[in-house]
Amino acid sequence: MITFSDVSVEKSGTEILRGIDLTIRERRVGVIGRNGSGKSTFARLFNGIEVPTSGSVSLDASGDPKQLRRHVGFVFQNPDNQIVYPIVWEDLEFGLKNLGLPRDEIRQRVDDVLKRFGLQHLRDRFTHQLSGGEKQMVALAGVLVMQPRMIVFDEPTTLLDLWNKQMLMAAMEELEQHIVVVSHDLELLKGFDRVLHFDDGVIIEDGEPGAVIANYVARSRC
Amino acid sequence: MLTDLYVTGDSPVHRTRPVIKIAALIVLCTSLFAFEGRESLLISAVIVTAGFALAGLKARHAWQSLRPALWILIAIFAVQVYLADLALAAFVVSRFAVLILAAALVTLTTTTSQFVDGIGAALKHAPAWVPKARIALAISLCIRFIPLIRNTFGEVRQAQRARGLERNFLALLVPLVVRTLKSADEISQAIYARSFD
Repeated sequence: MITFSDVSVEKSGTEILRGIDLTIRERRVGVIGRNGSGKSTFARLFNGIEVPTSGSVSLDASGDPKQLRRHVGFVFQNPDNQIVYPIVWEDLEFGLKNLGLPRDEIRQRVDDVLKRFGLQHLRDRFTHQLSGGEKQMVALAGVLVMQPRMIVFDEPTTLLDLWNKQMLMAAMEELEQHIVVVSHDLELLKGFDRVLHFDDGVIIEDGEPGAVIANYVARSRC
Repeated sequence: MLTDLYVTGDSPVHRTRPVIKIAALIVLCTSLFAFEGRESLLISAVIVTAGFALAGLKARHAWQSLRPALWILIAIFAVQVYLADLALAAFVVSRFAVLILAAALVTLTTTTSQFVDGIGAALKHAPAWVPKARIALAISLCIRFIPLIRNTFGEVRQAQRARGLERNFLALLVPLVVRTLKSADEISQAIYARSFD
């Protein structure tokens, strides 16, 4: 359970988010809204990448940023900006080394996650030579090896073609973790438990996907 | 480019610690110049060839390593033939080729993370105020992001070409720097998100 208590974020004198108050218990939550509505900033609060100007974000009553980073994974829109090492297995080991895990456990976790998503053939490949879809899967694998309780995706399908998008959607479907997905791709959010609609730094609608998405589409019409 | 060079393997050369490989490289290169003569060159060439064989590397890997320096080697050869004689030209160029192949043997068999771990190990006894992990990560990022910046440059160049600004240096440089800085910002967030302190 993650709780936002009266969270506001201000940058260079501009309020990006204002008074966000909510608790997330659902397994799959979608976030929609116009460009600049504050949804990406909201997403970055989950993992502690973004820090509230006022208010607090807590995971199971703990507001420790290290705990947020440890238990909430983050998948960026552009996997090129998420992959740190040149070879796939090296990159997957990066986060685990940061946790100070023993060598054997690191190797085991990397092998397990590659096997789970059928990515063993990418193990020794150079990350910059992978396709967009493969990079996004490697970025997701790099988060999953950390065994987070929750994963936040920031527009994960924007740079993907239809085939790779479906591959990623299938992978997301299989995840047992709680997921929060920021997306303009409304199809991706169908079947989710809850959708939040952001506008101008506040949540203007919060509910089951059918109604929230329908209202969002209606508001978007000129 | 270093990021394209590594050849996967589990040979004794691959398994040797990077710090030992780099030390051996320094000793070999120094001795090539310290002990002038064909014997020294021959012994070094035999050692490097044995290293390639032991690492399971093929002739094409050696060729790929030498190819970028080919024009420089040809130029050196031509100048030496002009200034001295054919025998000295062949000796000088062979010595450079052995040096390049010896360095390639290290990069072909060492991953970035091994380099980083090696740097970390070398800095182990540095004073506490030295940010060891950050230095090691910064070096790995430099290597990782060479192809990324190259891709960005390619994209910017194509975009500017489409607008007829191909020969405008500023039109290439400004978007490249802006995009690189923007990527750097997100990369630092990604590193932070993956529990790096």
